Amino acid sequence: MTDILMPALSPTMEEGTLAKWHVKVGDTVSAGDVIAEIETDKATMEVEAVDEGVVEELLVEAGAEGVKVNAPIARLAGGAAPAKAEPEPKASDAEEAEASGDPEKKPPADAKAEQPEGDGPAAVRPAEALADPEIPEGAKLVKTTVRDALRDAMAEEMRRDETVFLMGEEVAQYQGAYKVSRGLLEEFGERRVIDTPITEYGFAGLGVGAAMAGLKPIVEFMTWNFAMQAIDHIVNSAAKTHYMSGGQITTPMVFRGPNGAASRVAAQHSQDYAAWYAHIPGLKVIAPYDAADAKGLLKAAIRDPNPVVFLEHEMLYGQEFDVPEVDDYVLPIGKAKVRRTGADVTITAYSRMVGLALKAAEELAGEGIEAEVVDLRTLRPLDHETVVESVRKTHRLVTVEEGWGPMGVGAEIIARVIEHAFDYLDAPPARVCQEDVPLPYAANLEALSLPSVDKIVKAAKAVSYRS
Amino acid sequence: MARAKPAAKAGDQPADTANGLGKDALLGFYRNMLLIRRFEERAGQLYGMGLIGGFCHLYIGQEAIAVGVQSIQEEGDQVITAYRDHGHMLACGMDPNEVMAELTGRAGGSSKGKGGSMHMFSREAEFYGGHGIVGASAPLGTGLALANRYRDNGKVTFTYFGDGAANQGQVYESFNMAALWKLPVVYVIENNQYAMGTSLERSSSETHMYKRGASFRIPGEEVDGMDVLAVRDAAKRAAAHARSGEGPFILEMKTYRYRGHSMSDPAKYRTREEVDEVRKTRDPIEHLREMLEKEGLADEAALKAIDADVKKIVAEAAEFARTSPEPELAELYTEVYVEAAQ
Repeated sequence: MTDILMPALSPTMEEGTLAKWHVKVGDTVSAGDVIAEIETDKATMEVEAVDEGVVEELLVEAGAEGVKVNAPIARLAGGAAPAKAEPEPKASDAEEAEASGDPEKKPPADAKAEQPEGDGPAAVRPAEALADPEIPEGAKLVKTTVRDALRDAMAEEMRRDETVFLMGEEVAQYQGAYKVSRGLLEEFGERRVIDTPITEYGFAGLGVGAAMAGLKPIVEFMTWNFAMQAIDHIVNSAAKTHYMSGGQITTPMVFRGPNGAASRVAAQHSQDYAAWYAHIPGLKVIAPYDAADAKGLLKAAIRDPNPVVFLEHEMLYGQEFDVPEVDDYVLPIGKAKVRRTGADVTITAYSRMVGLALKAAEELAGEGIEAEVVDLRTLRPLDHETVVESVRKTHRLVTVEEGWGPMGVGAEIIARVIEHAFDYLDAPPARVCQEDVPLPYAANLEALSLPSVDKIVKAAKAVSYRS
Repeated sequence: MARAKPAAKAGDQPADTANGLGKDALLGFYRNMLLIRRFEERAGQLYGMGLIGGFCHLYIGQEAIAVGVQSIQEEGDQVITAYRDHGHMLACGMDPNEVMAELTGRAGGSSKGKGGSMHMFSREAEFYGGHGIVGASAPLGTGLALANRYRDNGKVTFTYFGDGAANQGQVYESFNMAALWKLPVVYVIENNQYAMGTSLERSSSETHMYKRGASFRIPGEEVDGMDVLAVRDAAKRAAAHARSGEGPFILEMKTYRYRGHSMSDPAKYRTREEVDEVRKTRDPIEHLREMLEKEGLADEAALKAIDADVKKIVAEAAEFARTSPEPELAELYTEVYVEAAQ
């Protein structure tokens, strides 16, 4: 004997009308037969039999309203089923409540205790345990452009690991739209340095698929502006799959390319995506400033078993910095770097804005304000410990980013500082960011819109109550 | 966790039939299709009881496709599909208990309850999802094929999507690259005539899906997706093409889903008569059953035994899915990131 229960047509349905019976007592039904029609305020649907047997009793009359979900509506006798492990509806009331997400039933109060600080799920090691590698005494420092440092990082990792390959628009024969992949085709051949058609959504998806199969793709976007067409695969396919698969499938890969405002390329080609990607659990997000960090962090990103968004900057590609000549220069992901120490005000920045912050600090020093400049380097996981430690010393905070302020990186840093060092602040923090407009083309308006040394100096003075 | 037997394969058994297939293989197809049918009916029931939440897209009516294609796959070939994925997972040999327990969001589910109906995977069964974004399986599957070519391993990726997804731009971006690089991928378009509630005619300027690769020079074939043997034969040809280095192949499987797009779809965009007509005249399971009986390959008793076996498996899966505990609360924060191996 089997009870047929009033089915739910959607997770939110609680009761409905039994509009019509298609069977009567004595009828034989088999799986898939339509036995009744039910109605809700939204729809009418047919109920099909799951079991076979003879209708013994109809427990609800046709036309009955307000029939509760899971109430027995009919009874089947016999049936040929040999192994009837029919779920007992009564015994499972509690479970049903849980399965239907009844909030009353779910007090995950103690789950909170497991929650790591900020965005640091278990796999992300605490920043204080991380440190840049010791540079051996006497190691040569070689003047290197950011462009070549990135190329060197990819070449070294491709030599080291046969599963690493580069794909993107113009990366092979053209040597990279910004010449970042110069020489790679020659060394590694077209199997591992792949020119794609102009098809960001498609090749980002192909890259994720290849990563699911265990390869380690480096997917280059000519600029991150074009990656908006691919953001679905970065977020939905790359970032979420490990979690959704219960840990079975990984997507070890790097998405990289220039991010932020170049020069005079206007609104659609000038955007900082740091906040967008740093919002997403499952991604790591890196935005280096100098050549040594570009190299050491890109090498780390390629080796990382997670999907990494690597935000470069076109205006930095040609700038030269010292890079230590050591065998395998790999930096820790998730560790900020104090670029300049100072006791009076903390300035946080990443990518190109670090250079502006350092210049601003020099100017401020001339006026007797010693700024501490924290280069965030990684935005997810964000090393807020280093920032908080600095603010506890300086009691003042200015955040600098090239992106827009609302819901931005600065907003997040200020929230964390308030959470961890509220009592240490002597002034409300200030944000220096792009003006809240699409980036204009005209030179004067563009300059007015973007962060500048002058704006940083003014903000630092303001939080120091100096004019 | 235990795995069910992989889908029956037609091996080197004696050819009892005109199709060159052994009796065991044919009975295996029957069993696997029936397993999917009964599993889905039970999933629908559990949904009705509130044990399965959210979206639940049933494969009823389309069983011949996953089973027929799977029957010609070689060890190591990969499968990827969209969100109507329960049938493919069972055909791949994933454990029905784990699949059903994932539907109920329990710890015993194949994704430990963290993926749900639309997001299940099995590295072991070479099943790469289970993807909830319409069209996403196309580039992801093409990427799996790119990895096959990169490794030169002779494997083929079977990339499934529906007639609705076939209108997404990323499908054509994938076609272009797959053809350009001659990637070993077979695109299986499951044309069940309705993209949710929009019929093929109302959504597609070219309703012959097998022609959709024409501008990329990808050959295509229209297949009766309600006939497991026709599916199998076509899949064999397509896989041979892809495996030989000739590049992608498109199979348009003409099929029909008996249920709504998802459980909460009353399917008012088509008539009951239309559904009944297909069930009566084109049902893939009935079709094979008739053939088996006609050719004297199985009698009533043999088929009943299979029915009973399938029922038992499904009843056990439902019981497992109902009694498996919900995931530990600590699972909330696991597997967001992979621990670095450095």
